[in-house]
Amino acid sequence: MPEVLRIENLHKRYSVESTAVHALKGVNLVVHQGDFVALMGPSGSGKSTLLNVLGCLDRPTEGSYHLGGEDVSKMTDDQLSSIRSRYLGFIFQQYNLLPQYTVVENIEIPLIYQGVRMNADSRKRCIGLAELVGLGQRLDHRPMQLSGGQQQRVAIARSLVNRPQLILADEPTGNLDTKTSHEIMVMLSRLNASGKTIVMVTHENDIASWSRRIVRMRDGEVESDLPNTPEPIDFSGPPLPMHLLEEAA
Amino acid sequence: MDFFSITLVSSLVILLVFLATTDKGRRGLQLALRSLWLHKLRSFLSMLGIIIGTSAVIILMAFGEGSERDVLEDIKRLGTTNIIIRSVKPTDDANTNRRQMVATYGLTYQDLEILKTIPSITRLVPMRIFPQETRRGARAHHSRGVATVPRYAEVNELTLLDGRFIVEEDDERMNNVCVLGLETAKTLFPFEEALGSSVKLGEFVYVVVGLLAERMPTGGTGGSQAAEDFNQDIYIPLQTARGRFGERITMRAAGSRSAEKVDMHQITVTIEDVDKVRPTGEIVRAILSDPDRHPRQDWALTVPLDRLELVERTKANIRQSLGIYASISLLVGGIGIMNVMLATVTERTREVGIRRALGARRSDITFQFLIETMVQTGIGGLLGVGFGVSYVFAHAALKALPMAAMLFQDGSPSPILHVPSITWSLSTAVGVGVIFGIYPALRAAYMDPIEALRHV
Repeated sequence: MPEVLRIENLHKRYSVESTAVHALKGVNLVVHQGDFVALMGPSGSGKSTLLNVLGCLDRPTEGSYHLGGEDVSKMTDDQLSSIRSRYLGFIFQQYNLLPQYTVVENIEIPLIYQGVRMNADSRKRCIGLAELVGLGQRLDHRPMQLSGGQQQRVAIARSLVNRPQLILADEPTGNLDTKTSHEIMVMLSRLNASGKTIVMVTHENDIASWSRRIVRMRDGEVESDLPNTPEPIDFSGPPLPMHLLEEAA
Repeated sequence: MDFFSITLVSSLVILLVFLATTDKGRRGLQLALRSLWLHKLRSFLSMLGIIIGTSAVIILMAFGEGSERDVLEDIKRLGTTNIIIRSVKPTDDANTNRRQMVATYGLTYQDLEILKTIPSITRLVPMRIFPQETRRGARAHHSRGVATVPRYAEVNELTLLDGRFIVEEDDERMNNVCVLGLETAKTLFPFEEALGSSVKLGEFVYVVVGLLAERMPTGGTGGSQAAEDFNQDIYIPLQTARGRFGERITMRAAGSRSAEKVDMHQITVTIEDVDKVRPTGEIVRAILSDPDRHPRQDWALTVPLDRLELVERTKANIRQSLGIYASISLLVGGIGIMNVMLATVTERTREVGIRRALGARRSDITFQFLIETMVQTGIGGLLGVGFGVSYVFAHAALKALPMAAMLFQDGSPSPILHVPSITWSLSTAVGVGVIFGIYPALRAAYMDPIEALRHV
């Protein structure tokens, strides 16, 4: 499988109120296409910083970061924005939908910043993604009218709209109850099974157990990097119309 | 339109075309409208400064235009190529009065002959005024008897309702004919046909040969120029008056008698070209100022064109002070908007973070907030223009309301819509949006996306 991202000897230093913080101390990481990585570690271990760098929201102080063959560690702010809109999909703990937008409009946002001209096709694609995550009946609802699980599903649909090479999930189930967490993890596992590469930050072991590989961090360094065999996907949940994903992807 | 307004208007048009035709523009516009609609009251309150500013500019400009038109029409009635010379009774004339009981002053026939030699003068219309009672049988009218020459009608733009005005022949033959102003005719001939009838003026009888249509009186503004109400007039030929009344005019008023000897009360001088009005005015002034001819200041010169210059100056003053008022109110409005936008940006920090994470460039964020401010000031400007324009049109109706007398002075000018002021104020409002929107927009764009995402 081709590499999606390659990090070599990555350092990140910044100062908080004139105290120097060395958040990442020479991290090396390679993620191949189709991988499902769980990034774990206690708070202050550097996993959030690493995720920000992976998400091109932050630039490393030292070291290199190749994303889809491009060195993004020296890119300008505008170039990074362009990388985010073309290569990356984000799923956040707080869902981070825009409250003034409907479900479909929220899913559209990344396309706007990609400079895609909005037309019937792009609209159809967004509706298809909403259907994929089981929200085909709620296209015109606003985030406030949806439950947490539904909001997170909108966020998943949004992360897929630009056909990303890499999906970054930051504690995607952190605000959800066990049952809903399960639904979300089923969905992510299926996306992974259909070929999507996912890097997910979590501190819960049973969430991490859904992944194929667990990377543990401590004090800004990779402590362990072990493959994981996920449990077989439980098909008791609502069926996912996977044909839509193929179309969408 | 001057260069300034052309620039403003064309940039406004370019902006509108951009917003309407490009995908990005349409989206930004839609987004801005939506977020303004989300906070209706807040948006309205922050727009209030702009609304008041623009409507004030429109209304004040309209009043400026209105008063300008009033004055211009008055000048036009007096004639822009005319100079009016009048005889004025000197105030320090006690001794003449006592000794002879006759006041001798004013313009003379000699003056008239000298003025005729000035080449730039194309027309000299002298007139004498007799405050005489005109009678028709038992009916009497206190009219202004005017003895003049045929050209008087063209100089004063008198239009005939019926018959003819005085002609040269009347003057040469000292015919006893007269032309009546509208009011005079109405009073003396309420039921009969006036034309061809006769009226008595002084001791002689005159045949009515013409009737005048209604004529707006000239205003008494501008110092030396007295108001003239042409509708109360009775006109007779100048030479007829000289023959019938002599040079002395006797007036009776409330039991006292006074007499005066005045050759001519007024000479209206028409100059061939507007450019020569002022130089000719100076020549006339110089001739009349000769102490051999007029030892006392018993004449007055009015150049209507001078008032035109005054109007232009006043207008420039109005413009200037309006500019100051407008900039102050727009500045205040702009600061208000900036304040609200800064609060909005802080409130929407998270939104900025989300958009940045999803691929928005700094310029996208700047554009979004800038458009929002511009739409806000633009809508404020439109509301202000709407209010101002409707006030201008509703002014007459408002003035007719019973309580309005307390607010409006009698004879205050009616506003006339000054169309360029709409485009100025509207583009200035949008410009204020740009100026005061840039800082909040840049502040949003240069937030750290990671910090912004963490913002609650």
